[in-house]
Amino acid sequence: MLEFKEVTKQFEGNDYPSVHKLNLKIERGEFVVFIGPSGCGKTTTMKMINRLIEPSSGEILVDGVNVLKQNAVQLRRSIGYVIQQIGLMPHMTVGENISLVGSLLKWNKEKQQKRAKELISLVDLPEEYLNRYPHELSGGQQQRIGVLRALAVNPPLILMDEPFGALDPITRDSLQEEFKKLQREMDKTIVFVTHDMDEAIKLADKIVIMNKGEIVQAGTPDDILRHPANEFVEDFIGKDRLLESRPEVTRVEQIMNPNPITIEEESSLKEAIQKMHAKRVDSLLVVDESGILKGYVDIEMIDSNYKKKNQVYEVMDTAKYAVDKNSLLRDTMYRMLRSGSSYVPVVTDNNKLAGIVTRATLADMVYNTIWGDETAEGSAIE
Amino acid sequence: MQTMMDTLSSYGWDLLDKTGEHLYISIAAIVLGVLVAVPLGILLTRIPSKAADRFISFVGILQTVPSLAILAFLMPFLGVGVVPAIIALFIYSVLPILRNTYTGVMEVNTSLKEAGKGMGMSTFEIIRKVELPLALPVIMSGIRFATVYLIGWATLAAFIGGGGLGDLIFDGLNLYKPELIVLGTVPATILALIANGLLSLLEKGLTPKALIK
Repeated sequence: MLEFKEVTKQFEGNDYPSVHKLNLKIERGEFVVFIGPSGCGKTTTMKMINRLIEPSSGEILVDGVNVLKQNAVQLRRSIGYVIQQIGLMPHMTVGENISLVGSLLKWNKEKQQKRAKELISLVDLPEEYLNRYPHELSGGQQQRIGVLRALAVNPPLILMDEPFGALDPITRDSLQEEFKKLQREMDKTIVFVTHDMDEAIKLADKIVIMNKGEIVQAGTPDDILRHPANEFVEDFIGKDRLLESRPEVTRVEQIMNPNPITIEEESSLKEAIQKMHAKRVDSLLVVDESGILKGYVDIEMIDSNYKKKNQVYEVMDTAKYAVDKNSLLRDTMYRMLRSGSSYVPVVTDNNKLAGIVTRATLADMVYNTIWGDETAEGSAIE
Repeated sequence: MQTMMDTLSSYGWDLLDKTGEHLYISIAAIVLGVLVAVPLGILLTRIPSKAADRFISFVGILQTVPSLAILAFLMPFLGVGVVPAIIALFIYSVLPILRNTYTGVMEVNTSLKEAGKGMGMSTFEIIRKVELPLALPVIMSGIRFATVYLIGWATLAAFIGGGGLGDLIFDGLNLYKPELIVLGTVPATILALIANGLLSLLEKGLTPKALIK
């Protein structure tokens, strides 16, 4: 999809090149985050892709074609671009802003409007907003529009220059989640620049850590947290994060109990009681014959309905919070502890029951983390 | 008052005539000024700001040359009549329009220009769709400023045979008829006020809706 070959950028009047002999391959659909201290060359690297900055030497290939061999204006129209300052045109309505690239490509009005409506529904903003002006929107809403504008003509590649950097932490968090979801659904290749390690870990498939114009380490968030290449990377990630890295990068799937105690919804209440007794538990997850999670049933529900109802599905509670098996444990832990429930069922994409995380599972993990630390510190003292 | 009415009745047609001439000279000069100064101002935003600043200072120095001197100075080259008058006034219209165009375009938020460029706008599209609409209020106030002054200065056109309301004023001076001076001055002032009002309306009309505070 995107390839850097020996790319160097030397700005006039600088002693050192801003980017030095950079080599990197980015696959289709990958979410790549460039990160590093200011002046490390991450933004320069990104801006060379759509030729806002021209490389001094080396080649950048998009789908196998050197970007320098393409018309710069056409090239930029085919690549989405989101910047930190948002950059919505204040004199155009939200709809006109979304359709900007479409209008440059001479799309007709109906096509532009249809696309704008389609897009705004993706971010849960009402359609009336299309006729408003940017200054009537909050910062978070504005940047949602900024992202939609980049998606408008459906480019396969999108460049994002610290897009959430100027937002308050809560808004940033929700936009990150929303965007990650959008990216998965739409199968876009994203090149994302940030200096926020939390953001990188949360969003990236691949993190590229840069310093002084060179790549220090490139790998999955998990890789980098577990095996930092050198001291620079360790310092950059921060020692705290290395200790906390387990919940940060561990996915729910990795710690869940894959064999939860379940009961089919067609079973009788009598069978449910027997199962609870045999397994020594007070509640059961209810599934249908194909393993889809339907709800749960606990001993109180059975006790109060035993005389009146026969089947499990008649008494079960269907509103039970479940987590995706690919979600990060860090987020799950927080929600679970806050909601006060003693366990959370884990499901796959199509709501099929995959396992269960109980408070005991969490206790195990916290125990391991602390125990691991103590042995490390203990041996250091000795 | 009686003399005023007498003068008015004897110079009535003349007054209309002169007012028309006056308007023609002023409007021609301002149109020429806009045609030259707006593109030039935009061009200046594309060169290093040091050079642009120098150029604007240079035009500023031209502006400080007394207008009477410019008219006299142009005479050997362009002779007398309407054309040199228009050219002299045009020189004065350039600076305010040029300066406001330059400042207005420079003040357009750089992140908007970068967003436009990054999304694939050509230089011309950035000028037309981003810079001009956003700089328009500032450019228009430069044009308005220049027009009001030019209508006043156009009275000097009479000095080199350009005609206009200045003719009445000079006649008044030569013939010791203060009422003729008044007859030339009042319409010029009224013209300036009307032009100011109309251009304010135009400015409001052209300013993008979202930018009106």
